[in-house]
Amino acid sequence: MSSDVERLLIQFQDEAGEPLGSPFDVPLDITPDKLQLVCNALLQKEPVPLAFFVRGEAEVVESLRVCVKALGVETEAVLPVVYQPQAVFRVRAVARCTSSLQGHTEAVISAAFSPTGKYLASGSGDTTVRFWDLTTETPQHTSRGHSHWVLTISWSPDGRKLASGCKNSQICIWDPVTGQQMGKTLTGHTKWITWISWEPLHLNPECRYLASSSKDGAVRVWDVVLGRCERILTGHTQSVTCVKWGGDGLLYTSSQDRTIKVWRAKDGVQCRTLQGHAHWVNTLALSTDYVLRTGAFEPADATINPQDQTGTFEELKEKALQRYNKVRGEAPERLVSGSDDFTLFLWNPAEDKKPLARLTGHSALINEVLFSPDTRLLASASFDKSIKIWDGRTGKYLQSLRGHVAAVYQVAWSADSRLMVSGSSDSTLKVWDIKTGKLHTDLPGHADEVFAVDWSPDGQRVVSGGKDKCLRIWRR
Amino acid sequence: MPQNEHIELHRKRHGQRLDHQERKRKKESREAHERSHKARKMIGLKAKLYHKQRHSEKIQMKKTLKMHEQRKTKQKNDDKTPEGAVPAYLLDREGQSRAKILSNMIKQKRKEKAGKWEVPLPKVRAQGETEVLKVIRTGKRQKKAWKRMVTKVCFVGDNFTRKPPKYERFIRPMGLRFKKAHVTHPELKATFCLPILGVKKNPSSPLYTTLGVITKGTVVEVNVSELGLVTQGGKVIWGEISPILSNVY
Repeated sequence: MSSDVERLLIQFQDEAGEPLGSPFDVPLDITPDKLQLVCNALLQKEPVPLAFFVRGEAEVVESLRVCVKALGVETEAVLPVVYQPQAVFRVRAVARCTSSLQGHTEAVISAAFSPTGKYLASGSGDTTVRFWDLTTETPQHTSRGHSHWVLTISWSPDGRKLASGCKNSQICIWDPVTGQQMGKTLTGHTKWITWISWEPLHLNPECRYLASSSKDGAVRVWDVVLGRCERILTGHTQSVTCVKWGGDGLLYTSSQDRTIKVWRAKDGVQCRTLQGHAHWVNTLALSTDYVLRTGAFEPADATINPQDQTGTFEELKEKALQRYNKVRGEAPERLVSGSDDFTLFLWNPAEDKKPLARLTGHSALINEVLFSPDTRLLASASFDKSIKIWDGRTGKYLQSLRGHVAAVYQVAWSADSRLMVSGSSDSTLKVWDIKTGKLHTDLPGHADEVFAVDWSPDGQRVVSGGKDKCLRIWRR
Repeated sequence: MPQNEHIELHRKRHGQRLDHQERKRKKESREAHERSHKARKMIGLKAKLYHKQRHSEKIQMKKTLKMHEQRKTKQKNDDKTPEGAVPAYLLDREGQSRAKILSNMIKQKRKEKAGKWEVPLPKVRAQGETEVLKVIRTGKRQKKAWKRMVTKVCFVGDNFTRKPPKYERFIRPMGLRFKKAHVTHPELKATFCLPILGVKKNPSSPLYTTLGVITKGTVVEVNVSELGLVTQGGKVIWGEISPILSNVY
């Protein structure tokens, strides 16, 4: 006896809404694997893992039947199914602390991996910047030059320079290979440096310019080679909390005066002021943040031993530009801002003064927002002990990740956007699986608050530094 | 002490002695010698009082001199970077929260590696039965005296049910049953009102421990889960031991 299986007409669509092929007749019990086979065949490229969303909302997890039932869709009409390519590589979750790096004599305030994941640098309250050798997990260089706490560090997109800003408003550039200072100390700000952002690689492969924001309300663009200030962007009336150099040649700055300003990097002209927040704007995130940070390095090509980027300036620029265009897609960059007024705003800063969406739901101030590397998701870490995940395109609320017992300070995404690690004031780190929305691993071990968290772009290691003066490296 | 202004009047009418200023100056310069002579030769109660006053005077003088010296030298004492480094996102915000203070205390305790139940127990005098338990007379002629009523604060727990009144030997009145305790950290002077989990030990007698009687020196376990403390192993702390030191009736 032949069983009469219900069939349904579906139309594959990509994320932008472009249909792929013609409507397909599939049985209602079809699973995501079979859908993937069909879709890959239609795409006629090399097979990539895909995720499917019925009408762009509900994800197909077990079979199409479940989704259809849940949504209550008519089985007569053609059903649009959106496919999303997932990252080809999988990053494995970190599970154990492989070493606790002592060395700093005061709390570790900032920690960052270089874009290829080869070097690790950390800035601390003892005014030193330390470089650590990742293969042996021991200290490599101690760089002295600052006279006050090193508040922020930032790697250039080619991984050959590290810029660090201190509470005495000085910026120093360091060479990670020798640990020596390159050029002279950049002075000019009158109060402490809050953020440093380099010019993206695809705009300038030499990595010559960087932007720094400070409590004195000014943003300065520095020429690292000549060691002088190129431009001063004034306009904010209070402390500038964050500055981001976008991939289209625009600079975005957020400030405690509740506004976000958009500037043209070439001549420093202010393009737009984005208003809407009711309290200090603490943090900014660009949808292309991750790809600008890694430059020409492709996490999928990572090897066990991270290597330096090789190639001429043109090659690197070309690669970086390709990666940037792929992640950016057709739409311009999106900007999200988190504030003390417990809300986030999603903006399209290059075009519009009005926000795309206002994301409410947190019950305490938001400390950090971060787009996932594939720009589809947005994570916001807040002092109300929870992390909320939002859709990166529309700003729709997706899920809340609860588990911390004190304020969540920082989050970091893994390079394939499937996992996220968060560090909190309760001295633990937690690794979250985004697909299920559950806690994957709990990483206790720090004796005091965790101030800085970073996941290396090659996905192998997570570093965390905190008030207990030691840096911990976590691996699988 | 002149009763009238005749000295002033004389000065105004006839002026001062010709060497008045010189004499005045010399007298004042002799004052130091005279003072020291007095200080050396004085005896008795007068001397004690004088020396005490002089000592405090000298201390004040030293302080002002030191301050003047510091003003002159203009040392850059701010070479040393201040403690308490915080990242940029915490800079404009207020400092430690309450839970942070307590978490410091926990860490200190861990460092000392004291025994888990060890707590600074003050030396308390054992309280006799007559003080803590009051005799309740029962029976038709009020002759039987086997029931006792607790006269001090006690803790009974959530799932407490009285025994049938006919067989109840110890009565714990509802008015004296407390659920919460004010817990203070002695160094940091932060006080929290936390629910009691149980009475661990009453120093007067094990009977009082089982009854849940809380007197001075009793060690009590409180629920600290609302403070959000975490051990280094990653477990959330929810119980804490602390002694009762004061304000127990």
